[in-house]
Amino acid sequence: MEARPRTSVAGPAPAAGRKKSPYPSWFYLPAAIVYAVLFLVPTVTSFYFSLTRWSIFDSQFIGFDNYVTFFREPALVSGLWHTVLYAVITSGLKVLLGLGLAVLLTSQIIGRGYLRSVVFFPVLVSTIGVGLTFTILLDPEEGLVNESLALIGVQGPGWLTDPSFALMSVALVDVWKGVGLATLIYIAGIVSIPQEYFEAARVDGATAWQNFVKIVLPLARPATFTVILLSLIGGLRSFDLIWAMTRGGPGFTSDVIASVIYKQYQAGFYGLSTAGNVVLFLLVTAIIFPLSRYLNSKEVDL
Amino acid sequence: MTAAAGVNRRPRKNLVLSVVAILLSVVVFLVPFAFILLTAVKSRQEASRLDFSWPTQFQFVQNFVDVVQARDYMLIIAFINSTILTVASVAILVVLSAMVAFVLQRRRTRWTGLVNFLVLSGLIIPPAVVPTIWVLQKLGLFRTMPGLILIEVAFGLSFCILLFRAFIATIPRELDEAAIIDGAGPMRLFFRVILPLLRSVIITVVVVQSVTVFNDFVNPLYFLPGDQNATVQLTLYNFSSAYSTQYNLLFMDILLITIPPLIMFLFFNKRIVAGMTAGAVKG
Repeated sequence: MEARPRTSVAGPAPAAGRKKSPYPSWFYLPAAIVYAVLFLVPTVTSFYFSLTRWSIFDSQFIGFDNYVTFFREPALVSGLWHTVLYAVITSGLKVLLGLGLAVLLTSQIIGRGYLRSVVFFPVLVSTIGVGLTFTILLDPEEGLVNESLALIGVQGPGWLTDPSFALMSVALVDVWKGVGLATLIYIAGIVSIPQEYFEAARVDGATAWQNFVKIVLPLARPATFTVILLSLIGGLRSFDLIWAMTRGGPGFTSDVIASVIYKQYQAGFYGLSTAGNVVLFLLVTAIIFPLSRYLNSKEVDL
Repeated sequence: MTAAAGVNRRPRKNLVLSVVAILLSVVVFLVPFAFILLTAVKSRQEASRLDFSWPTQFQFVQNFVDVVQARDYMLIIAFINSTILTVASVAILVVLSAMVAFVLQRRRTRWTGLVNFLVLSGLIIPPAVVPTIWVLQKLGLFRTMPGLILIEVAFGLSFCILLFRAFIATIPRELDEAAIIDGAGPMRLFFRVILPLLRSVIITVVVVQSVTVFNDFVNPLYFLPGDQNATVQLTLYNFSSAYSTQYNLLFMDILLITIPPLIMFLFFNKRIVAGMTAGAVKG
């Protein structure tokens, strides 16, 4: 993400002086004010407020008590684990399914336009709407999914009511809704691969599988990085789908940090809620920044 | 995207694979939407069975009227609120982020590194909820529509700046220079010369951000609670707990809320794709 340094060389009229630059720095100002006041200030102050007992109007410094509470409460610690699990699973499935679908949808296949549209459309639909619809489709007794499974003689589990299934079921719905975006990103990546590679491979008599492993997979790598980063960022802070489908239940078995933050906020524990926010912040930065640096160092040139 | 990527060597279409793919897509992706549509037009008793079946009697108009009238025309108010929120925040976003992207792409100063870092941080860092409420409270903007509009702007800036910056990089600098020689100041250069050239990327930003803001649930939940200024997503969520036995009305609500994104999709499919896949290809 380097800006090109050529301005220093080809600036139109350096003699005109700094004030008259056609690209004034004050163009940053309106956006900077909104961003600083509503994003930076809360982010920075969250570190202080997470160390307080806080009622919005006054705060009392209590050291690391909130963090001690957070990490002593098994329900809250499991939220941390669920967050990582949820993010990794949704991200992994989106990479695998997105790549598979993209290869399928760039091949010679009938109804390609229809298939692309139908895979992508759920991305644009309201998450709450999708969540409520699937809550009903996954109903253990009357839901369409289990009724269909019963037709072929399979007893479906209580997708959202069984503690060992709830988080995974929500993650699968997340993949259903989000795989279209991953597919699109992969399609853009695959289409941008120069045809010469495939022509050369054809001359050499390569099979479709060799094409995939030796050409598509390495040259679609930027797309893979984009999909991994986007879906990890989305997965780590995921809240609305989980809230619409299980509200963290049954028990706390599908609670993630974002839903813990909301629950503590609702209960009036603002300091504890903010501590949850700081934990999420640290988790996201600890995963995303090193990962994006690592992935960027492995970029390839087409 | 008309040219096939040439993964398949033969130009012949793979019939078996096509049929399997289309059948699977119907089961996995179309059935849930068909379920929404069918349940939305059923009677209350029939909908409560949660079957995937053809309605014995169609109640489209009846259910539509019931949903709209529910709780003193709550849905109408919510649609008005969501429209105000979406239009205002997207309009502000376009102007502010295009200004930032323009200077960021054109001129390297001691701010450039910091701005780039902040843009990326905005994409990655999850917003701190309660401190944001505290700031809004101090400003007198908590529980107000202007407050929520500014929140959507603050959280959407990074994505828009990246899209604009990538596009502005393709506009030749000679245009700027010509305008400057003709005596244009920064304001005229940006608003009269550059902004009109950004038309296609503006459409992309507007469409993608409109869908995002319209579908946003978390920010209204935290920053604009309360019934009198609920947005459509909040209304849908509250509706699901208040009317949990009237599935026909619940699904009519879901159906109505799905229509605006559907319209965007039908008219601007290419633009949405362009916006959402930016970054997949290095450059």
